[in-house]
Amino acid sequence: MKSWLTTTDHKRIGLLYFWTSFGFFMIGGLEALIIRAQLIRPDGGLGVSAETFNQLFTMHGTTMVFLALMPLSAAFFNFIIPLQIGARDVAFPRLNAFSYWVFLLGGLFLNASFIAGPLFGADRLSVAPDAGWFGYANLTSRQFSPGPNVDFWLLGLQILGIASLAAGFNFVVTILNMRAPGMRMLRLPVFTWMTLVTQFLVITAFPVITVALVLLMFDRFFGTHFFLPAGGGDPILWQHLFWMFGHPEVYILILPAMGIVSEVLPTFSKKPLFGYTVVVYSGVVIAFLGWSVWSHHMFSTGLGPIADSVFAGTTMLIAIPTGVKIFNWIGTLWGGQIRFTTSLLFAVGFIAMFIIGGLSGVTHASAPSDLQQTDTYYVVAHIHYVLFGGTVLGLFAGMYYWWPKMTGRFLSEGLGKVHFWLTMIGMNLAFFPMHVSGLLGMPRRIYTYPAELGVARFNQLSTIGAFLIGIATLIFFWNLLRTRWRPANAPANPWGGATLEWAMSSPPPVYNFTVIPTVASRLPLWQTERHAPMAALPAEPPAPIHVPGGSWWPMITALGLPIIAIGALAHLIPIVLAGAAVVIVGIYRWAYEPFEM
Amino acid sequence: MSEHGAGAAHATTGTYLRIAAILVMITLIEVGVFYVPAFQTVLVPLLLFLSAVKFTLVVMFYMHLKFDNRFFAFLFGGPLLLALVVIVSLLLIFYGAVRLRTGM
Amino acid sequence: MGVDSRKMAFWAFIGSECLLFGSLIATYLVYKGRSLVGPYPHEILNIPFTSFSTFDLLMSSLAMVLALAAVQRGDMKQGKLWLLVTALLGLVFLGGQFWEFSHFLHEGLGLTTNLFGSTFYVLTGTHGAHVTVGVIWLLTLWIQALRGKLGPKQALTVEITGLYWHFVDVVWIVIFTVVYLIQ
Repeated sequence: MKSWLTTTDHKRIGLLYFWTSFGFFMIGGLEALIIRAQLIRPDGGLGVSAETFNQLFTMHGTTMVFLALMPLSAAFFNFIIPLQIGARDVAFPRLNAFSYWVFLLGGLFLNASFIAGPLFGADRLSVAPDAGWFGYANLTSRQFSPGPNVDFWLLGLQILGIASLAAGFNFVVTILNMRAPGMRMLRLPVFTWMTLVTQFLVITAFPVITVALVLLMFDRFFGTHFFLPAGGGDPILWQHLFWMFGHPEVYILILPAMGIVSEVLPTFSKKPLFGYTVVVYSGVVIAFLGWSVWSHHMFSTGLGPIADSVFAGTTMLIAIPTGVKIFNWIGTLWGGQIRFTTSLLFAVGFIAMFIIGGLSGVTHASAPSDLQQTDTYYVVAHIHYVLFGGTVLGLFAGMYYWWPKMTGRFLSEGLGKVHFWLTMIGMNLAFFPMHVSGLLGMPRRIYTYPAELGVARFNQLSTIGAFLIGIATLIFFWNLLRTRWRPANAPANPWGGATLEWAMSSPPPVYNFTVIPTVASRLPLWQTERHAPMAALPAEPPAPIHVPGGSWWPMITALGLPIIAIGALAHLIPIVLAGAAVVIVGIYRWAYEPFEM
Repeated sequence: MSEHGAGAAHATTGTYLRIAAILVMITLIEVGVFYVPAFQTVLVPLLLFLSAVKFTLVVMFYMHLKFDNRFFAFLFGGPLLLALVVIVSLLLIFYGAVRLRTGM
Repeated sequence: MGVDSRKMAFWAFIGSECLLFGSLIATYLVYKGRSLVGPYPHEILNIPFTSFSTFDLLMSSLAMVLALAAVQRGDMKQGKLWLLVTALLGLVFLGGQFWEFSHFLHEGLGLTTNLFGSTFYVLTGTHGAHVTVGVIWLLTLWIQALRGKLGPKQALTVEITGLYWHFVDVVWIVIFTVVYLIQ
């Protein structure tokens, strides 16, 4: 147990991320199911109050984005990236552990809001964040949100931001500086490339939301008027700052999944990725362009025709590199010797669902048509097709693909197929009707709707679909759990993959590689036209390999952050100072601890 | 553990002192420009230019970027450029329309 | 890539800080001239005083490079001296900021008085917090050197300290121009 608390091994940290984020994924899913249950009937639904409903959709969004999808991707960054580049660990193992602990603590802090009501003299289930995952000003002002709800949100997100930034620096350096000999940039696996691009987005976008959250915190705690018209401030500035972060954030959410798909498809088609270089460059272009489109979330705020046109243009442009990737994925499958494993099914499902989500996205790009769609369920359809149909399906593909490598055990293919088909049916049933109900005028974020709106039938379908997704996910969870009792008989390379993570045993030894491989091609383990497969690595290392021990300091330093947040929440400076002291002591001890990689 | 990159040139103490002197001079010029009424019309571009020179000198020489791995320049320059674009975009969005309407 | 990982990480961090300060500066600029009440910048900003602060920080950057050069060549006597000088100049800057803020408060410009106050204090306050961290960092190194635990082998640590310190200096160069000189 202690070894898990002090671990700095990227493989263990990856597993910690996986289980923690999967847990949050299920919490976010539960929130979704309550939302859908409430919306199954018009005119009051099942009696969930508006206030509770606001907390549910806010926490669903916040949880899914920050506590589920990002860290699930991080689970794979952690476990797989050092293996794919032929390294023994990441550049800064203790910083890596720190990121995990900060994430866990930030997630617990946010979710503690669900039970913290009585501490603030309120009912239980009344102080969770409730102003939307995007926290628009000036609903978030102290005037209109007097309770601690928004404080939980802005403090929790600041904590989580630190985790993401630390990981961002770590992985940028790891990928650039710790590659095995011969692993040139254009020989990197696409998953590693997309991770690199994603981390650049993280380190540039997260500072912006940090500033936005700090300004909001000053408005709420210290009486400034950054976003308050009464003092000359402009609520629209919040939206600009938020979406300057928020749009790159959605590419942070999708690029890793695209990377996973780019690994899975070649393996199960027994063909190299079609157009590797183009796929890589498209990812880079998407990241650059992703910075230029933020105000397409603001077409209804009165930006003016010039701004509207500029952002509409850039948004349409970004469809191009995305489309290019889709064609390349299809080209990979075309003519391949396809094995329909569950992993492949999810990867193909990703392509299909992401196309649908991408198409609705293109319709949003046009400002006039977006004015019809914005703030309706049409957008909810879009985001769930790209985030569930895209990111989640891609992550599932990665889970089925890499589970044997990570645990030495296979997930059941039979249960996997059930999981897949039930998910596909469920998600389309849940989200497709939302295009229609949105265009018929059903707004977002409403706790009930009138029967006269004529969207009841569509909502019923959506609710059924959502519950199907829930069942499918439980089946998958069962699949995960039962591997505990399966034999650990996965070979080194069960799928015949081409990249370095498959070179050693499943799971790999603690030091990853007996000998650091020298890489001569993009597909080291495959026979290609110009290269024989890499020679097998020795079973034992030629000399003892130093494995760094663990450290308590990452976790202890991390603990200081929620203490600071609790102090702020309670308006108690001594607690803030105590938390800061923990952080400072932790950093000093960390810096002076002898730690050899 | 790398030093200053294989075979990279290295600034001397003399260079550092000279740069310090230039930085001080530019600061004096900036303050001078601020106070001299004749410069009011070109105040903004001139000050921006002068401070950009100071910025560049400190980054290139004191932060050693001129002599270090090119990639560091990208790691810094990319986000720096992005920050500039963000500032300019927000100014255009908030004030561009005003300028157009009033023809200023 | 054959570079030191810590140095690369630190440049990435500095890149990220460009966006942090960039957003704060953008907020300052967007709200320039929009204060509903005074005091206004031209009434309260003291250019001669702030020029001195600027000069002080520039000299601290000089001290920092001299410190690094000394450590790199193994001259720890000079190294200790220049590290201390850098830290002291940093403290002088902070003292100046403290005096300036007190003066402004006295003149009626508080954090919540108007948009100028809010954006000014948050921007320069964030910068000041960074300077504070830098001073603590420098003094830590200085104490390490006093104990004989800092030498040429730790030159990279001193170099990274320098990168941080110079970055804080260039941010001030921008703030001095954008907030004080261009009103």
